[in-house]
Amino acid sequence: MNFLNPEFQIIRDKDRCIKCGACVRQCSYEVHVSDKDTGELYTNDINCVACHRCTSICPTRTLTVKKNESVYRESANWTSDYINQIFRQAETGGVLLSGMSNPQPYPIYWDKILLNASQVTNPSIDPLREPMETRTYIGAKPDKIEFDSNGKLKTKMPPQVKLEMPIMFSAMSFGSISLNAQKSLAAAAQQCGTLFNTGEGGLHEELMPYKDCAIVQVASGRFGVSKEYLDMGRIIEIKIGQGAKPGIGGHLPGEKINEDVSKTRMIPIGTDAISPAPHHDIYSIEDLRQLVYSLKEATNYQKPVSVKIAAVHNSAAIASGIARAGADIIVLDGFRGGTGAAPVRIRDNVGIPIELALAAVDERLRSESLRSKVSLIAAGSFRNSADVVKGIALGADAVYIASAALIAMGCHMCRQCHTGKCNWGIATQRSDLVKRLNPEIMSQRAANLLTAWNHEIKEMLGGMGINSIDSLRGNRLMLRGIGLSQKELDILGIKHAGE
Amino acid sequence: MKRIYAREQYCINCRLCECFCKTAHSVSKDIIKAHKTEKPEPVSRLFVEGDNMLSFAVNCRHCDKPACVEACITGAMVKDPETGIVINNSERCVGCLSCVLACPYGAVKAGNIAYKCDLCRGEEMPACVKNCPNRALIYIEGGSER
Repeated sequence: MNFLNPEFQIIRDKDRCIKCGACVRQCSYEVHVSDKDTGELYTNDINCVACHRCTSICPTRTLTVKKNESVYRESANWTSDYINQIFRQAETGGVLLSGMSNPQPYPIYWDKILLNASQVTNPSIDPLREPMETRTYIGAKPDKIEFDSNGKLKTKMPPQVKLEMPIMFSAMSFGSISLNAQKSLAAAAQQCGTLFNTGEGGLHEELMPYKDCAIVQVASGRFGVSKEYLDMGRIIEIKIGQGAKPGIGGHLPGEKINEDVSKTRMIPIGTDAISPAPHHDIYSIEDLRQLVYSLKEATNYQKPVSVKIAAVHNSAAIASGIARAGADIIVLDGFRGGTGAAPVRIRDNVGIPIELALAAVDERLRSESLRSKVSLIAAGSFRNSADVVKGIALGADAVYIASAALIAMGCHMCRQCHTGKCNWGIATQRSDLVKRLNPEIMSQRAANLLTAWNHEIKEMLGGMGINSIDSLRGNRLMLRGIGLSQKELDILGIKHAGE
Repeated sequence: MKRIYAREQYCINCRLCECFCKTAHSVSKDIIKAHKTEKPEPVSRLFVEGDNMLSFAVNCRHCDKPACVEACITGAMVKDPETGIVINNSERCVGCLSCVLACPYGAVKAGNIAYKCDLCRGEEMPACVKNCPNRALIYIEGGSER
């Protein structure tokens, strides 16, 4: 007996259904079933995860996925989610896992921050008629710049990386997502003049053509790391933590380690790929400094080294330490960031919102005169271009997006990444599912998203009377809070609307 | 000539090409009527072989020297000298199905007469190609018969 109440219900409009069976063949969760004798189509609603593959592929739009009308007795305390989770744990005795990001109704500060626009004085700018700069350079900046008598730059610049827009794709490893998904992101990044991130899975040989727009990650498992790997990336990123699961390592189960993943990660086929929670050689800022400089030394000081941490309570102090450890870039990943798999309790309860962490870190680095020594990248659920603009005004140099990019490629946020059965060919290594994601189509969709956001950013900048993204960075006067307490406004460093 | 090519690495076995081919060769051109009410029932001219692991849509190659035309006993099967499209004239076809036997690709479908791809009779984009959700079918110039 299964105690679980199905979460969703599938309604089939029999007048429209032509019984082509596409839904049956497309559902990896085996929700749709065709009766062998009669050819009638039925649904196993209990298996449905609301990924909407069937509703999208159905040529006559016959199917509707609804919330199940069969309900438990309502309670604000014992919600159906908590009841179902207990049923599941009572059945298995295991830690609950989930994919994607924290779905709990915590405050989303982006939605409580408003942008400014120019009126009469300091007139607004029309980005269609006048130049508007969103190009961004990532890397440590020198304290001062000196020129010789001929006007030539005397100061030796630390390595810089040029981005055509202040948006990059954040780390998603080969293993957590499919090669076709990675290829699509890589091609989109190349097309738009920005970067993608290999995650902790190495760089697959088919991604070599895109190495010039790759950020290569070095994480606690050190999977796929070699001299060649480090040399290939534009930026080297040390991953300390991830917003979706701060304090937790990673675990790619052996069944996902096929020949390709094994080769790229440099581990035997079928073995579990375990990334420990900490780096076992980093127990202090001094240790981190050693790794930062080992990587710089290994690549002849040609590449910026980045350190990625999850946004947690002491982020500001930690970021100050990272800047002092010699990192060129600090990445802050907020608690609404996505993941291929995380324990539900961790994902839903650990970490802090990126908005607060970003404001606190930017403020701390400024007050310690460290801000120009590092570029600050914010991550953890940038849902649209307005979130990006607000993030930059709060102090970020650029942002990372991942969930948004996956949604552009078909992800419907069903949060089943950890099952490896992704019907959209994203979070899976099953060849029958991976081929559903055609990089020719999806790279263009991901690139379209970047292009669209960049246009919108220019529109918003123009409205504020600003013609360069540099003039927006840390410009909190462009922001006003709405419905926030004085404490929240103080942390964000912004005034309330009307002030 | 422009031909349809199947790219099995992207074919996802959804078989929408069959549905839209059937609709394109119906009287109503309406997908629901074509599948549920129209009589005689329209016939899809291509069909997907295989399963979810490996599949591809088998369709007429519109050969330079078509075996089906040579095999035809009534002159129903003809290759248009201008467009290169091989068409079965349903008025003349007597349903002997010699073409079905002769076709080396298995691309002619047997029914009361023979049914085969007509490249949607000069449409800019055949229905199967236009509606493939994963670009597993492409319609391009310059490729070979195979």
